[in-house]
Amino acid sequence: MTTILEARNINRSFGAVVAARNINVTVEEGETVGIIGANGAGKTTFVNIVTGYVKPSTGQILLAGTDITRLEPRAIVLAGLARSFQIPQLFASATVFDNLLYAVGIAEERGRPFWNRLRTAERLRRCDKVLEEFAIAEYRDQSVATLPQGVRKLLDIAMAMVHGPRLVLLDEPTSGITSEEKFPLMDIVVGALKEQGLTVLFIEHDMEVVSRYADRVIAFYDGSILADGPTAQVLAEPSVRELVIGEHLDGGEGGNARH
Amino acid sequence: MGYGLGLVAAAAVLVGAGWVLPEWALFLAIVSLAKGLVVLGLVVLWRTGLVSFGQGLYYGLGAYTVGLLPQITGITDAVLLVATGTAIAGLVAFALGFLLSRYREIFFAMLCLAFAMILYGILVKTEALGSTDGFHVVAVTYLGYAPAIESANQVLYVFTAIVVVVLAGLVGRYLQSVTGQMTTAIRDNELRVEYLGFSVRRAVHTKFVIAGALAGAGGAIVATAIGHVDPEMVWWITSGEFVFVTILSGSGSVIAPFIGSTVFELLRSFALEYAPNFWQIIVGGSLLAVIMFLPGGLWSLVAKWRASGR
Amino acid sequence: MLTAFAILVDGLVFASWLFIVALGLTLIFGVMKILNVAHGSFYAFGAYVAANAIGVYYEAGLPPLGGFALMAGAALVVGVVLGTALERGLLRFMYGRDEVLTALVTFAVFLMMEDVIILVWGADPFFAYQPYGLLGVTEAGPLVLSNYDLSLIGLAFTLCAVTWWVLNRTRQGRLLIAVIHDRELAAAFGINVTRMFTLTFVIGAMLGALGGAVTAPMISVTPGIGVEVIVLAFAIVVIGGMGSIWGAVIGAVVVGVSRAAAVHLLPQVELFVIYAVMALVLAFRPEGLFSRAQARKI
Repeated sequence: MTTILEARNINRSFGAVVAARNINVTVEEGETVGIIGANGAGKTTFVNIVTGYVKPSTGQILLAGTDITRLEPRAIVLAGLARSFQIPQLFASATVFDNLLYAVGIAEERGRPFWNRLRTAERLRRCDKVLEEFAIAEYRDQSVATLPQGVRKLLDIAMAMVHGPRLVLLDEPTSGITSEEKFPLMDIVVGALKEQGLTVLFIEHDMEVVSRYADRVIAFYDGSILADGPTAQVLAEPSVRELVIGEHLDGGEGGNARH
Repeated sequence: MGYGLGLVAAAAVLVGAGWVLPEWALFLAIVSLAKGLVVLGLVVLWRTGLVSFGQGLYYGLGAYTVGLLPQITGITDAVLLVATGTAIAGLVAFALGFLLSRYREIFFAMLCLAFAMILYGILVKTEALGSTDGFHVVAVTYLGYAPAIESANQVLYVFTAIVVVVLAGLVGRYLQSVTGQMTTAIRDNELRVEYLGFSVRRAVHTKFVIAGALAGAGGAIVATAIGHVDPEMVWWITSGEFVFVTILSGSGSVIAPFIGSTVFELLRSFALEYAPNFWQIIVGGSLLAVIMFLPGGLWSLVAKWRASGR
Repeated sequence: MLTAFAILVDGLVFASWLFIVALGLTLIFGVMKILNVAHGSFYAFGAYVAANAIGVYYEAGLPPLGGFALMAGAALVVGVVLGTALERGLLRFMYGRDEVLTALVTFAVFLMMEDVIILVWGADPFFAYQPYGLLGVTEAGPLVLSNYDLSLIGLAFTLCAVTWWVLNRTRQGRLLIAVIHDRELAAAFGINVTRMFTLTFVIGAMLGALGGAVTAPMISVTPGIGVEVIVLAFAIVVIGGMGSIWGAVIGAVVVGVSRAAAVHLLPQVELFVIYAVMALVLAFRPEGLFSRAQARKI
């Protein structure tokens, strides 16, 4: 197995708040890793640091052996990393199809972006295929402003995927959607990603989703890593149950604590 | 294929019109087409939601190049002069673009204005360049051919028509490209564009250079047509006028700027003839009317008419 | 040494004048997010109305000091009439639309007003020099300073102090700050944002007109005076950070002193030094000197 992502001694504070404290993570190619933790535990900060949106105060990030610590998000994406967003980041005034087309065009025309046409027959076909794959073809010509949340999430992930990354980070793929939708959505996403043999990290609040899709779990607490190991083992650990999952038990359902 | 044929047809129609139009209309057509180039550049920016309140800078650079180059080097060839004016304006836009591509919205507009005002301040105080009066531009030649005074405008018109078709054709092609289509996308969500692996700054920079170069070409041709340059070409009211014509034209097509520009120049010549004291009221009033009632500009009328015809 | 002193005094006088003109502009931008090009029209109308009134007043041989009250009156009238008309008649239809388009609407109004001025007052200059001579001069060594110019510094300080007091010590002022920080939240808390907008715009217009009115005795009032002023005021507001009142103070001082330095040391660069300073500031502080960087949640 080859190591795809390595985070070494990451630290980052925002004012007095320590958002990342000595984070060390190594992810092997092909793994599916769930990231759990209460609000403010440092999950999103970790994803933001890995994807270059936030720079760490100290530490180093390696993507397949290459140092990406100081790169801009764009360069990190080009180095083979993709991310989705907790709040889907779409082009609000374009249709579902055009949203995807922009992503595909950028991915395919790297290097000659201001001469080759965006809309070629071949590319339009590819977009339709991706829409099928993510089961959102029926929304093809709808403006994204009017989409259901689940479709927004799927489109957001589909757009991140088209440039052929090696590692994908999903920021709460099931937040904001109903509990009936969450498994079908994750089946589509994980199915599509695994078919390409991708490594996946996903932040998740819902322990059912975590235990079903992750083969490894990293639990964050107060900016540090509390536990890291096989899913069943981590979820059974007393400290994780108390400090991470416990919050959800107190608050009833996982979703209540954060909204 | 079809695109290339369309361009040749457009060039033929425009050039052919040169033999039909009367002298006064010929001059108006040259100026309209040339200023249409400046507006075309603004349309490229406007599609991405950017407005430059300082296009006079590049327009003036193109014009002053045509004025100065013959004096310094003795070159009078129109092709070389316009190409140099375009290149200089494009280069200045390229240099300033490193700074300007960081800005959006009103800040972008204001910073563009500031740079134009710097050049204005320099020109007004430079006596060697005639200060506020500007100076005379020598007659140009075309690849060794020096037209007689009577036919000068006719030749310049044909030259202008060809330049316009070539540049508009290139811009049209650019607008179909990936960067060219990154318009509303950048307006909607820059963060997403970056996370797709595309540099928003580079896209804005490219658009800005295109706009600057086109303004330079327009200024170069106008200077040739009028035979005179002065700092007013760089003045913010001139830049404001270009923005006005952009809104009037609409951004729906590369043809729109030339329609808008022609309407504007016609309006101006009639107003100066019949209602000289009301010119700015007419400009201001029509700008208000377009913003309030015709957000897509004149081109939206053409688009509607074409849609209903089918 | 003497030059340095002259630069300082000239710079402060010019800065005060700029501040008076720019204050209304930055206030309107801060509260309403409108870059009001028509501010130049308010200035021009203020100057014309004041010059006219002063002319008639001194012709009638009334007590000389009344001329100052007249200038304030002119600003008040112009601000209320034009400000209300523009905000209620036009700008309120633009709320929620693109900021740049709104700026263009005010640009359109500005262009129309330029012609209106010529239609009403003609192209000949107006003079209203009487109040300028009235205050006499102060001699500081070899320098002779006009007391009218110096009193502009006083006026600028007064406006500054009043603005501070209104924003920090009155209920209306605190509501205004709430609107500046978060318009939607303010509306949700029951602040009447619409009324706030009208009020702000009228006050901003009055300040613009006041700028014109106090300038009238210093210049010959001719068509086109608004064109020069508005770009200068933009420069101040952009340097300071758009919408920041304290930024406008700093912006005015920076521009005032640099221009005065240019006038005394290198007159050729007088015009462009202002914009060079603006470009320089923006190159290092993209959103002006007094701006808050905003992080975005993703």
